Amino acid sequence: MEQARIRNFSIIAHIDHGKSTLADRILELTDTVTGRDMRAQVLDSMELERERGITIKAQAVRVTWKGHELNLIDTPGHVDFTYEVSRSLQACEGALLVVDAAQGIEAQTVANAYLAIENDLEIVPVVNKIDLPSANPDGAAAEIAELVGDTPEHVLRISAKTGDGIAEVLDAIVERIAPPSGDPQAPPRALIFDSSYDQYRGVVAFVRVVDGSFTAREPLRAMAQGTRFESEEVGFFSPTMRAAEALQAGEVGYVITGLKDVSRLRVGDTLTSERTPAAEPLPGYKDVKPMVFAGLFPTDSDDYPDLRDALERLKLNDAALFYEPETSQALGFGFRCGFLGLLHMEIVRERLEREFDLDLIVTAPNVAYRVLTKAGEEVEVHNPSEMPREIERVEEPYIRASIIVPKDHVGQVMELNTERRGRFDHMEYLSEERVLLVYELPLAEIVLDYYDQLKSRTRGYASFDYDVIGFREGKLERVDVLIAGEPVDALSLIVHRDGAYARGRMLVDRLREEIPRQFFDVPVQAAIGSRVIARETIKAKRKDVLAKCYGGDISRKRKLLEQQKKGKKRMKQVGSVEVPQEAFLAVLNLDGNKK
Amino acid sequence: MSARHLYVHLPFCASRCGYCDFVTVVGQDGRHAAYVAALLAELELEREALAPRLESVFLGGGTPTLTEPSALARLLRALPSAAEVTVEANPETITPELAALLRESGVTRVSLGAQSFQPRLLQVLERRARPDDVRRAFSLLREAGFDNLSLDLIYGIPGQSVADLDADLSEALALEPEHVSAYELEAKPGTRFTYAHGEELARQAEAMESYFERVVARLTEAGYRWYETANFCRDESRDLRSRHNLAYWRGRDYLGLGIGAVSTIAGRRWRTTPRLGRYLASLQAGERPERELEELPAPVQSWERVLLGLRLDEPLSLAGLGDAVDAAALERLERLGLVARAGGGLTLTERGRFLGGGVTAELLA
Repeated sequence: MEQARIRNFSIIAHIDHGKSTLADRILELTDTVTGRDMRAQVLDSMELERERGITIKAQAVRVTWKGHELNLIDTPGHVDFTYEVSRSLQACEGALLVVDAAQGIEAQTVANAYLAIENDLEIVPVVNKIDLPSANPDGAAAEIAELVGDTPEHVLRISAKTGDGIAEVLDAIVERIAPPSGDPQAPPRALIFDSSYDQYRGVVAFVRVVDGSFTAREPLRAMAQGTRFESEEVGFFSPTMRAAEALQAGEVGYVITGLKDVSRLRVGDTLTSERTPAAEPLPGYKDVKPMVFAGLFPTDSDDYPDLRDALERLKLNDAALFYEPETSQALGFGFRCGFLGLLHMEIVRERLEREFDLDLIVTAPNVAYRVLTKAGEEVEVHNPSEMPREIERVEEPYIRASIIVPKDHVGQVMELNTERRGRFDHMEYLSEERVLLVYELPLAEIVLDYYDQLKSRTRGYASFDYDVIGFREGKLERVDVLIAGEPVDALSLIVHRDGAYARGRMLVDRLREEIPRQFFDVPVQAAIGSRVIARETIKAKRKDVLAKCYGGDISRKRKLLEQQKKGKKRMKQVGSVEVPQEAFLAVLNLDGNKK
Repeated sequence: MSARHLYVHLPFCASRCGYCDFVTVVGQDGRHAAYVAALLAELELEREALAPRLESVFLGGGTPTLTEPSALARLLRALPSAAEVTVEANPETITPELAALLRESGVTRVSLGAQSFQPRLLQVLERRARPDDVRRAFSLLREAGFDNLSLDLIYGIPGQSVADLDADLSEALALEPEHVSAYELEAKPGTRFTYAHGEELARQAEAMESYFERVVARLTEAGYRWYETANFCRDESRDLRSRHNLAYWRGRDYLGLGIGAVSTIAGRRWRTTPRLGRYLASLQAGERPERELEELPAPVQSWERVLLGLRLDEPLSLAGLGDAVDAAALERLERLGLVARAGGGLTLTERGRFLGGGVTAELLA
């Protein structure tokens, strides 16, 4: 297809604002799927996505409309995948920005709209769900027009549910979005905007061809990583895989690579031909690094090999997932895993539990730290227990957070952000009622319960999104926990100096509640270096007897004692103190920290 | 192998107390005679399990003294004699006639279920006796010539204050019993009592430490010997410990007769059916009633020896029990001052005795 007749676009929408339904209607109206084949929401292929209402992996579908080839590139919907979203957007010339007529703009919409604008995309604003009784299409149109610098009259008003206005959307795509403008004669270049792993065919790359063309049986190279392979097949989705002779400049499709490891073909890299290689890769490739880390341990230590195998298999399909073995005094053998963000972590955990049927303990997450030691060494620390004690300087990741909130709740949000070491950047009125607040915050301050706090302090009205903006120095301390004088590595944490006392106190109080009384007094301390910042004593037990025991109930008493004995065996020994796993979990477990 | 200790279960009660989980029978007054007949039939069937001369006989319940007097008298006269014959009694059942009957039938010791002297707390326990009943029963038994009386007390009753406990202990001591058993109230899961008072019991659980310490302190100060976790006796030239119960704690064999009664002889333990109808029917037919059998392999027997023996204030000989005890744990507990070794025997220190259950759990391999 000549480039003038190609349009490449994405749909940007907040969860539940109707992206998938709109995609389905487009497929129906363009006869890409017939009613009989129509599974609701064809594009969301993973079971998990369907249930969570989010899209994890981008795909692209080709449809035909009035003599034009339209490629719908599906973007991941969440903050943790900002980089993937930006690559998907880079593969397009335009985007539909869809807003729910009843809900209005959400923080996520704003973040992704900005990404689209940064990528020079033509934005086609759409207000969806105009059929809802609670819809306020004029209000939503005004907000969206304000956001993208358009006029409210230019905003399309549709109902993806009823199909109302879908044809106008397709017309607008053709009319408003520019065709691709690559050079069909130049050495081939294609942007990899996503990839997935197929058990039988290896890594499948989703690409947008910019210059030249790609065919099957052609030696190719990924320019940034240097990975070489021969294309086994090229083609496109409509909506299922269809092989094609070639993918031409401007087109979107897939390349089957035969590679066995998804990490060898990273999103954002540029494919070129080995025979006529391009001189320069396409701009914008980044090596995405995990920012959030947590320990994953099998509840039953016998499941360790299963967890290892499951992580290996997940990694095939998730290049951003990082893991390395970890041994914890408290939790035994497991893995330290790195994630792009909190949602990514949740998805991995759910997939491990659901697809691999594992029962997991996930420790409270922490961020990556860049540490300069007194000895002048630079190290990246993923686990508080690895934090060197002689520190010159520590840097921690910062984010820019966009929070949209009704104006009455601005005070609460500012208060929360101040507590979390936030720095106010600016504030915009999106409408008379709704305010966009932009803050810079340490990522460490949001990984635990920030989102829950934000929701509860704004009665659920706030919406929130963020992107990582870099590392900054922080006054951070390593806090150790000592039980009866023994440091417990699994319980070490890294906290800002101002919060160290409070966190140390909280930990010590929690442990005092959770550790059963022993035969002797057990001091529980939190310390920075050799300085104790919080201390509690678990007083020795004074009574532990079975009240009475006569001939008739010896067997029962014996069984009670056997139970007690078994309970002791499940305890972890910290020095001379027996600590039940539950006590560690209360402090470490992610769920234990949710209020 | 034969047992030198005999337990006889008399299950009949006027009403069932909420906290009780013994085998009891309420409202079967017409069957007392039949039950006693069955007991005697069972005794005949089991006769060879008994040694020619017994050390102790114990009539427990239920409320043995509620048993219709002529049936009770028949039973007592038919049972083999022993150095110690104990009958459990509820205070409100003691009359001058019954006291005389017990005395004349060879009973040497009466154990009175007083539980508390506070009417309010007795009500919580659903006991029928009033505080005066206890005092009256006590003097009736003394007048009948009993010189070995035991009082049962319960502490940790929902709503019982430290002052209540002190008052109970003072009242009990004022009666100068030869023996006192003091139990923390055990609320067994599933009982009506736990259902009604579970929350209050959980709330006061922590306070029970000081209650237990108080009980031991008051009784030992008054000259009683704390010879078993929950049992005390006057420390005088006569050995006033319960010989029958000592047999349990020393791991001796014993035969139990009656519904729900347990016997342990030569490494086998069995429990007779708790169902009155079946029990009577079997014995009327001249057959042994159904029983539930438990084999006790040697390691289990050793475990039990340790578990029971450490309840006493006398050293537990470790001869033959070596494998049951974890040597490392023993050393650790010794260092903590909870156990002491002397001459091949093992005793708990005073603090160790307050922690006896946990110490035993740790000690057992």
